[in-house]
Amino acid sequence: MDYFEEEKAVDIKGLTTILGGQTILNNLSFGIPKNKITTILGFSGAGKSTLLKHILGLLKPTYGSVFVLGKNLNDLSEFELKKFRRHFGMLFQYAALFDSLSAYENVAFPLNEFTDLSEDEVEEKVYGLLESVGIKVDSFFKLPSELSGGMRKRVGLARALALGPDIMLYDEPTTGLDPITTKMVNDLILNTYRKNVDRGMTSIIISHDVKVTLEISDFVAFLDHGKIVEFLPVKDFVNSQNKLVQEFLAL
Amino acid sequence: MNKIYKFFSSTVEQIGFSLINGLSGLGRIINFIFRFFYWLPKNPFRLKELVSQLYDIGNKSLFIIALSGAFTGMVMAYQTYFGFRLISVDSLVGPVVALSLAKELAPVLSGLIVAGRSGSAMAAHIGSMKVTEQLDALEVMGISSFQYLAVPRIIAASLCLPMLSSIFLFVGNVGSYFVGTKALMIDGTIYFSKLGKWMFVEDIGQGLIKSFFFGFIISVIGTYFGFKVEKGAAGVGKATNQAVVWGMISVLILDYILTSFLVQFMGG
Ligand SMILES: Nc1ncnc2c1ncn2[C@@H]1O[C@H](COP(=O)(O)OP(=O)(O)OP(=O)(O)O)[C@@H](O)[C@H]1O
Ligand SMILES: [Mg+2]
Repeated sequence: MDYFEEEKAVDIKGLTTILGGQTILNNLSFGIPKNKITTILGFSGAGKSTLLKHILGLLKPTYGSVFVLGKNLNDLSEFELKKFRRHFGMLFQYAALFDSLSAYENVAFPLNEFTDLSEDEVEEKVYGLLESVGIKVDSFFKLPSELSGGMRKRVGLARALALGPDIMLYDEPTTGLDPITTKMVNDLILNTYRKNVDRGMTSIIISHDVKVTLEISDFVAFLDHGKIVEFLPVKDFVNSQNKLVQEFLAL
Repeated sequence: MNKIYKFFSSTVEQIGFSLINGLSGLGRIINFIFRFFYWLPKNPFRLKELVSQLYDIGNKSLFIIALSGAFTGMVMAYQTYFGFRLISVDSLVGPVVALSLAKELAPVLSGLIVAGRSGSAMAAHIGSMKVTEQLDALEVMGISSFQYLAVPRIIAASLCLPMLSSIFLFVGNVGSYFVGTKALMIDGTIYFSKLGKWMFVEDIGQGLIKSFFFGFIISVIGTYFGFKVEKGAAGVGKATNQAVVWGMISVLILDYILTSFLVQFMGG
């Protein structure tokens, strides 16, 4: 499925993953275009999370290879991989904020870990990031347990954006949210995309929420039983002739 | 006949299963310990985490250790006095209590208390971080969750337990002295008269060495069960429970092993 002209942020070639004797990804090949929003859809158990772990280099392919920003992850050592992950930002389904740290400290965490910024510079940066995702100053020093689910996601996004990632990953960003929060998260993803489009940031969304996907994605890939069975620009995806896709769209 | 056979075969099967499970569990713990030594010298060293763990482990158990130490010493004074009532024991209560505390009671009881308080807290904390994907968040940032969470806790517990055990020892002796002189009417100078003859620095050293290893094994087990939590919810409670049970059992088993070594190398 290589007919896109776009430059690729992630290029997967013949990826096969066997875990515990079970083939989870099966000779999967496809490229994720740079500077666009691509959603990977699929039923539960299709292998979405596994694919995500490969893109992050958290799992090693049994066969095949994963290229990210032109680098073959197979060629990187454990140490180089750790460093390489700074190209990624990830928003977890439940934000995964460190629960002993305040919103501010969560966002400051990657800055303190990986940059030489002074305390003042970090403060300025954190304030900017938190404000840009719509958190008010009076919530900056609250613990995650004192924030609502929607606010936690905002903080999680600010943390993910702290180091200016080249690839932003969203794991099930709207699963299990009420319609209003879903809309809010959607807008957040779009805004984030627009603000970083000049930098060439790529967004990858893992989801099984069709409606949301169609609203914000540029491209949609459909994963089933460890294979990409359809990969199209969003306007063509709704007209896909694939039986499974049609079934999924009808849900 | 058939029933009896079934009963025995299923019992044997059960024992076999437990044995295999136990052994593979032991193997995984040993592997976990190797990982600790692999990550220990690696940069960055998490000093801030270490300090906060030292404070946490030391502070959390300080009061309860002092309280347990006082009452253990007080009870020991009574038991020694009335246990040896046939011989003149006034001068023996001090040294016997001090020796029992130094070599066994202070390190072992401190170990059991810390296993209950801090070992369980480690499993609960790391386990809930795993369930809520906070460990994944660390890994995605390129930070080893093992190095960030396990290493400082294991160092801190290994350093804290000898300190807590020393406090137990000190408060225990004070408690024993008070019961001895106020309730049992032993003369204050007689209470101390034989201490120097019976008790040596080595005895205190044995207790400290033991408590160092107890702190190590308690935190290894606490963090191990934390990392082992499966995604899903119920796992954290189970892990916490297992950390306490296996932490305590390991302290008692290790106490036997260490005693048999130390007695040979340092004298009984
Ligand atoms: N470590 C593993 N060992 C064995 N099998 C695994 C492992 N991890 C995942 N699997 C299996 O691989 C399949 C795909 O899992 P994956 O989590 O990638 O699916 P998913 O598309 O993310 O599903 P969901 O929408 O439920 O999150 C599942 O059948 C799962 O049981
Ligand atoms: Mg998943």
